[in-house]
Amino acid sequence: MLAQQLANGLFLGAVYALFAIGYTLVFGVLDILNLAHAAIFMATAFAAIALVGAGLPLALAIAIAVVFAGLLGIALDRVAFAPLRARNAGTLVPLISSIGVAIAIGGVARGLFGPGEHRFPSGTLGPLGEGRIHLGALAFSGLDIVILGVALALMGTLAYVMRATSLGRAIRAVAEDRVAAALLGLDLERTIALTFFIASALGGAAGILIGLQYDSVSLEMGSRIELKGLAIVILGGMGSITGAVIGAFILGAVEVLSVAYITSSYRDAVAFGVMFAILVLRPSGLLGKRALRTA
Amino acid sequence: MSLLEITDLRAGYGRIEVLHGITLRVEPHALCAIVGANGAGKTTLLLAISRLLDARAGTIRFDGRDVTRAPSHAIVRAGLSHVPEGRRILPAMSVEENLLVAAALRKDLDARTEITALYDRFPILDTRRRLAAGSLSGGEQQMLAIARALVVRPKLLVLDEPSMGLAPKLVAQIFDIVASERARGTSILLVEQNARKALALADYAYVMERGTIALEGTGADLAGRPEIAAAYLGDGDRSRLG
Ligand SMILES: Nc1ncnc2c1ncn2[C@@H]1O[C@H](COP(=O)(O)OP(=O)(O)OP(=O)(O)O)[C@@H](O)[C@H]1O
Ligand SMILES: [Mg+2]
Repeated sequence: MLAQQLANGLFLGAVYALFAIGYTLVFGVLDILNLAHAAIFMATAFAAIALVGAGLPLALAIAIAVVFAGLLGIALDRVAFAPLRARNAGTLVPLISSIGVAIAIGGVARGLFGPGEHRFPSGTLGPLGEGRIHLGALAFSGLDIVILGVALALMGTLAYVMRATSLGRAIRAVAEDRVAAALLGLDLERTIALTFFIASALGGAAGILIGLQYDSVSLEMGSRIELKGLAIVILGGMGSITGAVIGAFILGAVEVLSVAYITSSYRDAVAFGVMFAILVLRPSGLLGKRALRTA
Repeated sequence: MSLLEITDLRAGYGRIEVLHGITLRVEPHALCAIVGANGAGKTTLLLAISRLLDARAGTIRFDGRDVTRAPSHAIVRAGLSHVPEGRRILPAMSVEENLLVAAALRKDLDARTEITALYDRFPILDTRRRLAAGSLSGGEQQMLAIARALVVRPKLLVLDEPSMGLAPKLVAQIFDIVASERARGTSILLVEQNARKALALADYAYVMERGTIALEGTGADLAGRPEIAAAYLGDGDRSRLG
């Protein structure tokens, strides 16, 4: 029973991690909070539904929607952040302009898809939607396994990119010292654009996976996960990718356990209570910003 | 034709103008020195050349091109490597990663080969390659900052007070590196608090004072002038000229 709950927490945590990494990447590089991240999460889930509805196979629909999310992230930077960056506007004004973009994305989604719960067309999942896979005493749906696999594969790819490629080194260099990075010939605007692409693509992927998991996509799904994502990155240490992943798995496990052993109505209260307690003990989070730089 | 040609350059911070019309040239394969008191605007000039600061008036030409409005990465790509004041190594990244970040600019060169060649010239960096750059001593960090600038084989190496804060033995080592780089044919623009050493090495030199060029001449010529000797060649005396 406990093992099954922890396994369920793992599925949830993996998706939370994908979502939260987006905040921490952008914060690590620009020292700003991107409050349009949850709107991109939501919009990408709708984009995937629309693409599947148009007859595309699920895998292809996911791939296209994730690229769309990344491009939306670049557009977000151009509209909400780049002009302010050019004027050295500090960190508070971009916060407001990103809320503006979030409202705009929400408005467009409302106009195109309307309120209420939206679902992927029946049969979207094919064989993944049927039967359960047994591993010893544990039982999973095929979808659970695919979600965990996709989330872990994306995180693994990100870890590789950050550690071993020139793009990852460029992102870490800009995060560490923008002036030094410019003097080494890095194109700051290009590096920042690619950071937004990665952050938003991961957030968008999380939106699709959550939509599939709960078989529900709605305009409110972004605001439901937004505070959790922010709490996770504060818990993990702002700017730390590893910290965000650890924080996400803690939140996933605590949520699932509180539903199982306390009651589902206290799920968020318990989860935020545990995070609060950890932050009282470690006010700067589990890992600091440094971790993005050394990733 | 000069490699770097600055004409009537004005720049500053916010409302304050720091550079009030600077004109100077760096010739190919030559070492050009800039000396001047604290706050004269030497660092500001170098930041404007690297386009980290906008020129308010005047022009900057590098290697035949007008780069007055070019983005900073384009300046590096054109062959100008700048070792900034305070070194600005990336402390959380390893020594080797610092070099790899820089080397990524030259897609036409093999980064491995270039870095190995630099390890031969700076053996201490080889022994430290896996360590976080922030854990190096001041002298080692300066070596890393210079190696990082050289890994792209620049046409012009710009150095902002490379000997600052270093023990005499390390200062001598840094000057040896500068001399050897110049012997390889790289042009050098050197800002240095150690005016005696800088003028001894310089083909041509400028004295900056309150945002203007107060004097210029060959290194030997300037070193021989009594007003320079009084203001800059005394024992660590950095009081203003005249
Ligand atoms: N970021 C800044 N904002 C505002 N004023 C600045 C800034 N940096 C430098 N200044 C001012 O510009 C003037 C020139 O400074 P700069 O650092 O260029 O001098 P310097 O010749 O390099 O001096 P040093 O020998 O101390 O390095 C000084 O009056 C300084 O106070
Ligand atoms: Mg200076």
